[in-house]
Amino acid sequence: MADREAVLTAIRDERLKRQSTLRRLMAMPELGAIAGAILVFLFFGVTAGGTGMFAADGVLNWVTVAGQLTIIATGAALLMIGGEFDLSVGSMIGFAGMMIAIPTVYFGVPIELSVLFAFVGALAIGFLNGLIVVRTRLPSFIVTLASLYILRGMTIALSILFANRTIVSGVRNFADGTWVQALFAGKAFSGLFVWLAETGVIATLPNGDPAVKGIPAVVLWAAGLALIGHVVLSRTRLGNWIFASGGDANAARNVGVPVGRVKIGLFMTTAFCATVYATCQVMEFGSAAADRGLLKEFEAIIAAVIGGCLLTGGYGSVVGAVFGALIFGVVQMGILFTGAPNDWFLVFLGLMLLTAVLFNNVVRRRVTGER
Amino acid sequence: MSAAIASTPDAAVRPEPGRPLIEVRDLVKHFGPVVALAGVSLTVRAGEVLCLLGDNGAGKSTLIKTLSGVHKPTSGDFLVEGRPVAFSTPRDALDAGIATVFQDLAMIPLMSITRNFFMGREPIRRVGPLSFMDMGFADRVAREEMKRIGIDIRDPRQAVGTLSGGERQCVAIARAVYFGAKVLILDEPTSALGVAQTSMVLKYVSQVRHRGLGVIFITHNVRHAYAVGNAFTVLNRGKTLGTYRKSEITIDALQNLMAGDKELQSLSDDLDGMV
Ligand SMILES: Nc1ncnc2c1ncn2[C@@H]1O[C@H](COP(=O)(O)OP(=O)(O)OP(=O)(O)O)[C@@H](O)[C@H]1O
Ligand SMILES: [Mg+2]
Repeated sequence: MADREAVLTAIRDERLKRQSTLRRLMAMPELGAIAGAILVFLFFGVTAGGTGMFAADGVLNWVTVAGQLTIIATGAALLMIGGEFDLSVGSMIGFAGMMIAIPTVYFGVPIELSVLFAFVGALAIGFLNGLIVVRTRLPSFIVTLASLYILRGMTIALSILFANRTIVSGVRNFADGTWVQALFAGKAFSGLFVWLAETGVIATLPNGDPAVKGIPAVVLWAAGLALIGHVVLSRTRLGNWIFASGGDANAARNVGVPVGRVKIGLFMTTAFCATVYATCQVMEFGSAAADRGLLKEFEAIIAAVIGGCLLTGGYGSVVGAVFGALIFGVVQMGILFTGAPNDWFLVFLGLMLLTAVLFNNVVRRRVTGER
Repeated sequence: MSAAIASTPDAAVRPEPGRPLIEVRDLVKHFGPVVALAGVSLTVRAGEVLCLLGDNGAGKSTLIKTLSGVHKPTSGDFLVEGRPVAFSTPRDALDAGIATVFQDLAMIPLMSITRNFFMGREPIRRVGPLSFMDMGFADRVAREEMKRIGIDIRDPRQAVGTLSGGERQCVAIARAVYFGAKVLILDEPTSALGVAQTSMVLKYVSQVRHRGLGVIFITHNVRHAYAVGNAFTVLNRGKTLGTYRKSEITIDALQNLMAGDKELQSLSDDLDGMV
């Protein structure tokens, strides 16, 4: 009798163990995005294999697009896990660009200072967004929707006021040769790529330069920010506080998590990420424009959602958001490479988003044991 | 296991039994026009269990939320070990050694058992200038502490949402016991528990008491209260009806006091003593 019970317990234990491994795998928020990325690669590997999409310069193309998006998606994912949205990311990109270009071109401010000014300004605006959300307990959706309009409007109005135009070019004259340009628009490992071209691993241009001159700074920024975001979220006290603040702000407060400070910090993070994005763009193009970053807030949120972040907060991962951004880049560029009409990209994006949300919903039920 | 206990903050501090840990005098708490507490006084002593009894809405949860830093008192004195305190956050209360199991548990379903267990009190491992959450240690402690309360969790990283209500309550209790250095507050900890877990919790409470901590134990069940309590405070409509040592009151008298005007007693007679 006792033996039988021991055996039964052993059997039950084993079943539970198996279930919990499966559950642990299912509970990985990034699972869907990784699977999606594999599918997308397979699809374009077949349909666009011969178009140069997977040659060095083709790869550079979609990696750059994915990298740009990764920068803002990292901030968006962290904020979403913390239980809030920031719809002002796109406007912030435009505004930050102007905070760099106008002082540099029209007021003779050294470009290093202009960049510093843009970062400080953006962090202050992020702080304000966060403060309003935390103090009023209004939905961040509404508060940052207001910021979206205010910032975009101010970008246009102030650039007309100070520069009498909405596109400020000529930044390059002030940026060339400075360390800020190297930091935000340089190419890393160029020696390596020259060598790769010489040994024939990658193609060369007619003038003898390698087809890819190096890894763009924007990609390194993306990798760096995503890595930091991932480590902070999964391995630190702050990460635990972010999950807790988004999961249930009240419960978190009751056990001593400084929810307000966490959320304000996250709004500042999204503003910081938007400014990195903007600075890279200004340094790359040598100009700022008042309409830069339009709709980027949605792309960032889409990448985060594809990456497994729940819209209700408290759940998600930075790794997932990176894969979300990668899917985005590969599909956007892949459609160009295959020559399909670009409109299909939007259709695909919408379907992708819908699938991701449905999938996440199932995962959430699994994880929380809801039926 | 004892190593895990020894590593809790302030474990070395062992106040001698009977010494007042928390003293509250004429505590008043208003929520706008609502008077939740209208002058409550009580004393929590080291090595004693103070049971807080009273009907729904009597103000029990409000009282302990004030003690644990969630609410600020409107007026009144609040002393911890003889020193007046004014907690502005629950963190301050935890730092002062007061840990609470809230009635709504303060658990986050989407987060793992480990992450919930250490929420707000994450163990830190330093690597040069960086500090990381020590997940290995956290997992181990969470599993050990759950085992002590009689629940064998196989995966401390599984989401709390997958646990049953009683299991969740046990996580909350284990967490508070682990972090409650001086005073442990339990707001209806047995309301969702089965027989085995209830007696485990009651045993736990008396264990904690013998370790020299002060305990505030809120319950609607007079028998549970009488089993572990040293003193009983009955609240009614935000006021104390009185505090009694165990030697001063019988279980029936306590039951009657709780029921107010003997209504329950007559009901009990009607139902042949079933209540
Ligand atoms: N945040 C709040 N705002 C307004 N009123 C409140 C608030 N919290 C509690 N109250 C009121 O204070 C009174 C006491 O509530 P409390 O939760 O302390 O009762 P309780 O004794 O814990 O009851 P129960 O046994 O049902 O848990 C109730 O009338 C309640 O409505
Ligand atoms: Mg209550």
